[in-house]
Amino acid sequence: MRIHLTSVLVDDQAKAEQFYTEVLGFVKKYDVPAGGARWLTVVSPQDPDGTELLLEPAGHPAVAPFKDALVADGIPYTQFAVEDVQAEYERLSALGVHFTQPPTEMGPVTTAVFDDTCGNLIQIATQPSL
Amino acid sequence: MVDVFKALADPTRRTILDELTARDGQTLFEICGRLATNHGLGSSRQAISQHLDLLEAAGLVETRREGRYKFHYLNTGPLVPIIQRWLDPSESDGRPTGEAES
Repeated sequence: MRIHLTSVLVDDQAKAEQFYTEVLGFVKKYDVPAGGARWLTVVSPQDPDGTELLLEPAGHPAVAPFKDALVADGIPYTQFAVEDVQAEYERLSALGVHFTQPPTEMGPVTTAVFDDTCGNLIQIATQPSL
Repeated sequence: MVDVFKALADPTRRTILDELTARDGQTLFEICGRLATNHGLGSSRQAISQHLDLLEAAGLVETRREGRYKFHYLNTGPLVPIIQRWLDPSESDGRPTGEAES
């Protein structure tokens, strides 16, 4: 068994597509109509056959309170690996991305947390082994 | 109003203030992460939240909502009467402060 797909719940798929591709730099993989929404996945350009990220609609009524409560406490929904958190922090900040936590050493790992503009906080991390 | 001394009596709460001194304006998530990784304090998020509530009640921590996020800031104001009472009595009005309020 292996992890083939993971997801984030996004307020607006079109906006999410734009942010996750144009700002974060992911590449769209699948975009299939699915009952009023889209099966919309992105992958890393460094790993196009790797784990897909599904930009899943957040329409269920339970989702908004869940996401709002996480964001208020600064809790990221998921984590992406980057080679250099500081460099990524500077690149994304220049593109107008808002960070709730600047690069911070958390033991051996350096992390930062930003707002994905689609209702989630996302953590980026540099691990010394990567 | 919670006694400042009571708020400072707990080592975890003092460590929270240390971490806010290192960087002011942190989310609950960042505070929990710093306590765990920098100090080996594996308290639950709920426990840290309760410590923060007590620090806020003592006036040592202020919370501000900025948009959808809530950040915690250090407020050293409640420490000033302590300094004046014992370290710099000439600055105070000569009356022991704080105790009547606690």
